[in-house]
Amino acid sequence: MIGAIILAAVMGLETPLADPAAEKRAQNLFMEIKCVVCQGEPIAQSGAEVAADMRIRVREEIAAGKSDAAIRSDFAARYGDEVLLRPSAKGLGAFLWAFPLVAFVIGALALWRNAASRSRRAQALDPDPD
Amino acid sequence: MIAELGLLFTCAAFALSIGQALLLTQAARKGDAALLASGRWAAGLAAVFATFALLALIAGFLRSDFSLAVVAQNSHPNKPLIYKIAGAWGNHEGSMLMWCLVACIYGFAAASRAPKDGRDESWLDARAAAVQGVIATLSFAYLIFASNPFARLDPAPLRGGDLNPLLQDPALAIHPPLLYMGYVGMSVVYSYAIAGLWSRAEPKAWAKAARPWALAAWSFLTIGITLGAYWAYYELGWGGWWFWDPVENASFMPWLAGAALIHSLLVTERRGAFADWSAILAIACFSLSLLGAFLVRSGIITSVHAFALDPARGVWILGLLGLATFGGFGLYAMRARGEQGEPFAMVSKEGFLLINNLVLVVACATVLLGTLFPLISEAVTGATASVGPPYFNATFGPLLALGLILAPAGVLLSWRRHIGLAALRPLLGGAALAVVFALAAIIGASAPWLAASCAALAAWLLWGAGVDLHRRAGGKTVGESLKNVRRVPLRGWAGVLAHAGLGVFALGAGVETSMRQETTIALAVGETGEAGGAKFRLDAVETGEGPNYYIDRARLTVTDGADQYEMAPERRYYWAARTPTTEVAIRDTFGSDLYVAFGEPVGASGGKVEAADDKPRWRFRVNRNPFVGFIFGGSALIALGGLLGLIGRLGRGASPARAPAKTAESVKA
Repeated sequence: MIGAIILAAVMGLETPLADPAAEKRAQNLFMEIKCVVCQGEPIAQSGAEVAADMRIRVREEIAAGKSDAAIRSDFAARYGDEVLLRPSAKGLGAFLWAFPLVAFVIGALALWRNAASRSRRAQALDPDPD
Repeated sequence: MIAELGLLFTCAAFALSIGQALLLTQAARKGDAALLASGRWAAGLAAVFATFALLALIAGFLRSDFSLAVVAQNSHPNKPLIYKIAGAWGNHEGSMLMWCLVACIYGFAAASRAPKDGRDESWLDARAAAVQGVIATLSFAYLIFASNPFARLDPAPLRGGDLNPLLQDPALAIHPPLLYMGYVGMSVVYSYAIAGLWSRAEPKAWAKAARPWALAAWSFLTIGITLGAYWAYYELGWGGWWFWDPVENASFMPWLAGAALIHSLLVTERRGAFADWSAILAIACFSLSLLGAFLVRSGIITSVHAFALDPARGVWILGLLGLATFGGFGLYAMRARGEQGEPFAMVSKEGFLLINNLVLVVACATVLLGTLFPLISEAVTGATASVGPPYFNATFGPLLALGLILAPAGVLLSWRRHIGLAALRPLLGGAALAVVFALAAIIGASAPWLAASCAALAAWLLWGAGVDLHRRAGGKTVGESLKNVRRVPLRGWAGVLAHAGLGVFALGAGVETSMRQETTIALAVGETGEAGGAKFRLDAVETGEGPNYYIDRARLTVTDGADQYEMAPERRYYWAARTPTTEVAIRDTFGSDLYVAFGEPVGASGGKVEAADDKPRWRFRVNRNPFVGFIFGGSALIALGGLLGLIGRLGRGASPARAPAKTAESVKA
């Protein structure tokens, strides 16, 4: 079944948008929207019929002049938040998005303090010739 | 009959692993060389019996013995020989048997390193082999009681199900063994860390003993992950190579922690610093390997790659994971020395290696959080969420870039003491080269910012690797260094190649990700179309038959600039598994791959009608994937660096670790 999904992915029957910039936006959005019947795949690579319909819908909404954010929230409203592979930054999502930077800064501060005390002890040392 | 023998061999290996753990523990406690010898025998025999067990399973696959449940589910008489053999580990039960076998081999190798007369006061190798015996024992218990590969079916079915056709591929046949040599290799590093805490040995001693294992495990993991990515690239027919899928993340987390560990162990071994930190990382590496196994096999997180989903097995693995993690950290809490090690300045090799570790650990924690976040979110707030490539690219990318920018500087700094930023002067050329590369990419190839910055990073890292090599060769001029370059020891090459490989990889990944082009065309036989800047003529669509599949093959004549060549992408249908697959045709043209996947007919044959005429037209997906080779080539260089570091150490035996650097130094002086 996985194979069928993957094979079908090769052959999407949809027509690309005429405007290359708009089509590029569509391709980018395909990477951010999850196929609802597959296991965690973006609609870009899924060949399930639902995924094809979802891709057509993305292109239609772009053609209708909607912004990326509006399209994302349309899909979230229709299929639930888990359809977006770019998790929302609200609620727990704020923690998710803030984590890498916060962890890095806290770690760096801890290292700095630790290193500063080591550094004072190291002042008197000769350089190791290695 | 052979299956019963296989189970018997497995039980024998199980019992011997228990013996290995008990005998070596006693040997270490009493300092008894005779017990050590018996323990070594037990470890060796366990490995031998585990090998026999795997051979018995392979025999079951070769003879297509469908009374065996795993064979019936995963094999077919018509399957090619190599995939019958690989089929033995292309399923949950068989792969766990392979896990146990690798654990036994590593256990025996560790036991064999123990000095026979007990010269080693802290009995590090013996203790590590004892811990390894415990790990093998628990793995065998899981194998025998929760996933017996030799379980029989009664009545036996007449035909088997076939191995998942996507896995019937040379790269995927050797991917699991390599990955397991990586995962289980991390268990040996864990065992040495535990042995170090247990014996209260000098940190330098256990770090020195553990580092070759860490290098080996990490290198195998690198090769395994690279093969998996390469396989995804050519087999899934989509043109991508990394999806931030939970199963990929499961192998990537131990890799990141392992990369931090080999750098941290370097400091512990050379300077005695970061001893506690290295122990934490070693425990974390193996825990992350087990967590990966748990995520992949329990079905708790769904993924396209996951196989053998079974919650009951998940509970077992979770138990092992809990034991290894809490046991390890518990011992750490009791025994950690809390020593600072020798002092060092902030701008020194130690300081930069600390930053390296910070970057890698935060990156690893980010991947872990992103992978588990859907579960956390659902448990905490009940809200479902997905975390995919947009999150990982946005968070992991900048962290990695920071690490790569600092790497060449860290390499040139001195241990311990701030020797002034003059040490970094040779890198000025690299900075200039990076700017030139970025400008050339933007102006010359109208590259997007991601590709341009990755080109700059690549220039910076390659220059840095060159400076490092120049310094290690010790010549006053570049020409003199080139003459001396053969005198640079293998260990010296390790860092040079691995860091250069990172640069090559960054270039490939950045350019491929941001400059990939994709078009879909439909052609009737005899028709010509244009896609990806090349002309395609569909000459014929022929049908054929492989050993266990039918083939539709498109014959395309491609005119690409002045070149003309044939491409023949295929679609296959594996009739036993009832699964279609795609075999893309790839043509490497000056660094950029022309990648053609063959789709279904449209028009006359019942598909959505596109053309007015009755002739069926066939869909082709054409990708231009620039610099794809750099991604896999760079990864291969990284792995090669790790392996050279390993070989360089093994070849030099027990001689002092610092000799090669001194040699380079004396040449310079």
